[in-house]
Amino acid sequence: MRHEVRFSGYGGQGIILSAVILGRAAALYDGKYAVQTQVYGPEARGGASMGQVVIDDEPILYPEVAEPDIFVIMSQQGFEKYGVLAREDAVMLIDADLVRSRPACRCCEIPATSEAKSTLGREIVANIVMMGALVAATGVVSREAIERAVLDSVPKGTEELNLKALKRGFELGERACNL
Amino acid sequence: MSRVEFMQGNTACAEGALAAGCRFFGGYPITPSTEIAETMARRLPKAGGVFISMEDELASIAAVIGAAWTGARAMTATSGPGFSLMMENIGYAAMTETPCVIVNIQRGGPSTGQPTRAAQGDMLQCRFGSHGDYSTIAITPNSVQEMFDLTAKAFDLADRFRVPTFLMADEIVGHMRERVTIPDAVKVTRSSPLAEDTLPFEAGEDGIPGFAPFGSGRSVHVTGLTHDERGYPDTTDPEAHDRLVRRLVAKVESARREIADYEVVNPDAETVFVTYGPPSRTVEQVMRDRPDDSIGHLRLRVVWPFPEFALQVFPNAEVFLMPELNMGQMVREVQRHVDQPVVSIPKIGGELHTPAELVRALEVYR
Repeated sequence: MRHEVRFSGYGGQGIILSAVILGRAAALYDGKYAVQTQVYGPEARGGASMGQVVIDDEPILYPEVAEPDIFVIMSQQGFEKYGVLAREDAVMLIDADLVRSRPACRCCEIPATSEAKSTLGREIVANIVMMGALVAATGVVSREAIERAVLDSVPKGTEELNLKALKRGFELGERACNL
Repeated sequence: MSRVEFMQGNTACAEGALAAGCRFFGGYPITPSTEIAETMARRLPKAGGVFISMEDELASIAAVIGAAWTGARAMTATSGPGFSLMMENIGYAAMTETPCVIVNIQRGGPSTGQPTRAAQGDMLQCRFGSHGDYSTIAITPNSVQEMFDLTAKAFDLADRFRVPTFLMADEIVGHMRERVTIPDAVKVTRSSPLAEDTLPFEAGEDGIPGFAPFGSGRSVHVTGLTHDERGYPDTTDPEAHDRLVRRLVAKVESARREIADYEVVNPDAETVFVTYGPPSRTVEQVMRDRPDDSIGHLRLRVVWPFPEFALQVFPNAEVFLMPELNMGQMVREVQRHVDQPVVSIPKIGGELHTPAELVRALEVYR
């Protein structure tokens, strides 16, 4: 089945990296096909950044995302620009500390940034907390695959911190989405 | 053991070049091609090669031509504005029969246009952009795997035919990430060496002279002026010019069956899409979503020299449809080779045709 996952937040949160990690998990460790794309613009720091991934069991022909069924939104501006038109049967995970609005579709509120800051001590892993919640809530890739893809993609010396963030994300995802 | 990666198209292009033995990159980084230069800057010195960040694109292509004449496999990568600046020396490379690879990750033009958006707007420029008559080879990948495979292939074609060879990619395949298999080694075919009893620009029946780069022991005079078989200028004799330029064109055009690389699906169809690059993937999607085999598809991996004989593979064709990310460029080439109507489905602005857009076109033109 084809899934289209869209990540948005502000430049600097690791939004594009999140999309790359998810694509990597699907394509290299879950035996699926994945195409990752992103919006390139002057969004290096602060502006609304967006990355997306198509995941399918079959080879992916049309590579673009038409209508995402899964959203991960980590800023209010990101919601307004890339999340507000989500279709009704989509699932949206939002960072509850950073996004004021709520979508019409099913919504899981994840306190990723405050969790990253207080429990984990590093705000920078908020995107990995969101990634854990995404995988727990949707099962779009397996937990084993996402763990391996995270370990491939993070700087040396931060593996333990990122794995902790991912596992905290699994828990928050299960709780927020009533699993 | 080959390795499997989840990789960006531009990175795969650089890896394909390295695998093919490219050991020189001269370039001036430009969006959306920059990751190619970045990867080459990191990787080439460790592979015993040379990376030079040049002062502009005129110098970039000049450095590549010089490097090629030392016998190195050499390349540059750019996008529209840089490609325009390279035109004069691309003609010099054609005239001097310098094997080199020029990657164009196309973006929206004209001028600086849309740096971060995809286009296929330079397809005629890569064929006719420099002054005078000449022929070159242009290749159009539609996936990250092909960014690797076809970049490697471009070096072989450049060497075999002694022509500047273009990888005409675009922002979509340049920036997307997909799974790619990187083999341990790729097969490499180099230029034929110049035989001892042969003049430097004396060619046999295939029109391709043997190549004697600097340092190979032969003394070769290289000039952009019209030259004789020795390489010495001969700029007023009509016959000398006619003989040289006809050979430069014929060595590529007469080999177009050998150079051709294309895919055919449903050759009995009456309605046939002709594509190259990413729009081919939208067509493949539309075909997979249909219950029948009523739509044909010709997908070109090599667009220049144009393989007009591939259009004859569809004997029942009543109409050819051509989605391109420009206002209709290669469609002119198709139109002049067939009697059936050829419909352009142009799209500009930076986004790929959607499946729904092509389904609508089918409803209108079938």
